[in-house]
Amino acid sequence: MFTTNDILETIKMIQEENLDIRTITMGISLLDCIDSDIDRSCDKIYEKMMRLAENHVKTGEIIEKRYGIPIINKRLSVTPIAILAAAAKGSPVKFALTLQKVADAVGVNYVGGYSALVHKGFSAGDRELIESIPEALSSTTKVCSSVNIGSTRAGINMDAAALMGRIIKQSAEATANDHCFGAAKIVVFCNAVEDNPFMAGAFHGTGEPDAVINVGVSGPGVVRAKLEKMPDASIDELAEAIKKTAFKITRMGQLVGTEAAKMLGVPFGIVDLSLAPTPAVGDSVAHILEAMGLDRCGTHGTTAALALLNDAVKKGGVMASSSVGGLSGAFIPVSEDAGMIDAVNAGALSIEKLEAMTAVCSVGLDMIVVPGDTSAETLAAIIADEAAIGMVNSKTTAVRVIPAIGMKEGEVLEFGGLFGSGPVMPLSKFSSAKFISRGGRIPAPLQSLKN
Amino acid sequence: MRAVITVIGKDTVGILAKISTICAENGVNIMDVSQTVMQDMFVMTMLAQLSDEIDCPELSEKLDAAVEGMGLKIHVMHEDIFNSMHNI
Repeated sequence: MFTTNDILETIKMIQEENLDIRTITMGISLLDCIDSDIDRSCDKIYEKMMRLAENHVKTGEIIEKRYGIPIINKRLSVTPIAILAAAAKGSPVKFALTLQKVADAVGVNYVGGYSALVHKGFSAGDRELIESIPEALSSTTKVCSSVNIGSTRAGINMDAAALMGRIIKQSAEATANDHCFGAAKIVVFCNAVEDNPFMAGAFHGTGEPDAVINVGVSGPGVVRAKLEKMPDASIDELAEAIKKTAFKITRMGQLVGTEAAKMLGVPFGIVDLSLAPTPAVGDSVAHILEAMGLDRCGTHGTTAALALLNDAVKKGGVMASSSVGGLSGAFIPVSEDAGMIDAVNAGALSIEKLEAMTAVCSVGLDMIVVPGDTSAETLAAIIADEAAIGMVNSKTTAVRVIPAIGMKEGEVLEFGGLFGSGPVMPLSKFSSAKFISRGGRIPAPLQSLKN
Repeated sequence: MRAVITVIGKDTVGILAKISTICAENGVNIMDVSQTVMQDMFVMTMLAQLSDEIDCPELSEKLDAAVEGMGLKIHVMHEDIFNSMHNI
C-alpha cells in the first residue's frame, strides 16, 4: 500500500493546487472525407466524426468520476481543412459549420483544424481557406483555426505572414461585439506540431493514424506550491523538485490517456507535458517564476527562470510517459494567467520581454491583447519575429494576439472563463510596413541542413 | 476495482465503526487500514475492494452522509491514480 503522505499529497494536488487534466483531444483524420462536391464532403465529415467521437465526452466523464480527477476540456482535432478545400469547390465556411454541428452534437468544447500549412507556399485550397477564416470564426463558436507559415526546414513564408496579419485584424473586427474573440481562435505557427492537443492550435497531422487520443496535463499550482516550500534552496535543488513534480503530474496524464484510448477503442497518441495556467488563483506560471525569487514576472532573470522551469518539466515528464509529444513546455498566455496580468498591470512585463521568453519555453506570444488600431502590417511583423525565433531555434513558436477593436493601451478586454481578461499592451510606434510589403520568403536557415 | 478511502478531520469516537458499517452494507471489502494523527488532524487511509454495484463517487456520497456533522472530509479514489503517481 501507499504511505499516508503519498495519498495526502495526491489529494492536496487535486483539491487545493488545481491539478487537472487540461484536455483529452481526439484527433480524427478526414482524408477519406475528401470529395469534389463540398456538401457530400461535409456529410462524410459529419458521419465519420459522429461515429468516432460519439462517446468522447461521456468517456471523459466516466474517467473523471472513476479517478476523481477533473478533466477540464474534451476536444476534437481534424486534418487541416485546407486539404479538403483543395478538392471541393465552394466556400470553405461550410466545413466550419459542419465542424460546429459535430461539436454541438458530441458536446465537446472545441474543434481544431480549420487550418492550412503554407510554410513554403500556397497550394490549392490554402488561400481560399485562409481568406475564409474571419467569416468561419465569426459564424461559429467552437471552431479553432491555425496556419503554419514557417519551419526550420522551409524558412518563413512572408506572404503568408502578411496575409495572416490582415486575417487576424479582420477576425477581430468581425467579432468586435463579442470581445474580438475571433482573433483568440487563430494561432499562427512556425514549426507546428501534428499531435498538439491544445487549442486553438490543435490539428490532426497527415502523418497521424486514422484516429488518436492525445492528452494535455496541467499543474502550475502544484509546482508553485512545491517551490514555495523551498525558500532557501539552490537553483539545482529547485530544478530537481520541479522534475519530481512534473513526473507525478505526467504519470496521471499517461493513466488517463491510456484509459480513455482503451475505452474508445482508439490508439493512444501522446501526453503533452505542458504547464498550462488558468486565471484561477494559484494556477499561474508567472507565480512559479515569482516563487523562484523574482519580485515580478517580467523583470530581469525571468527568461533564465523560465528556461529552468521548461527544461525541468520536460526532464521530469519524459520518463513518466510512454510517448511525449505536442507542444510540451510551459505556456505563457497573458490573459489566462493571473500572475501575468498582474505583471503587465504593474509595468513589469512587456511584449518585448514576452518575445524573449518564448525563445526558451513552449509556444509563443499567446493571448496578448494589443491596441485595436494596430495595423495589419505590424501584426504581420510580430508574426515574422516570432516565426524567426522558432525557425532558428528549431522549436515551435506561435502568435495568438487579439487586436481589441475600439480600445487603447491601458484598457482591459474581458473574455471570461478560462480565457480570462487581457490588459491592452503597448506596441512599438514605428512602422514595419515596407519590410512586410516586400513579400517573398525568408530562406531556410543553415540549421535546416542536417542530413 | 480497488479504491483508496481517505478520511481526514477531527478525531472523535466511532469514525472507523461508521465507515466500516457503510462499507459492509455496500459490499465493500476493507483490505488494509492505517490511521495516524498528523498536526492534530486525524488521518485514516483504507484500501478497499469495491463490488461492481458501486463506484467511487457513489461510495463517497454514502460515506459523507454517514459522517455528516462530524467535521470529516472523505475522498474515495481509484487505486490506480496513486499507483501511477507514486510507484514506478
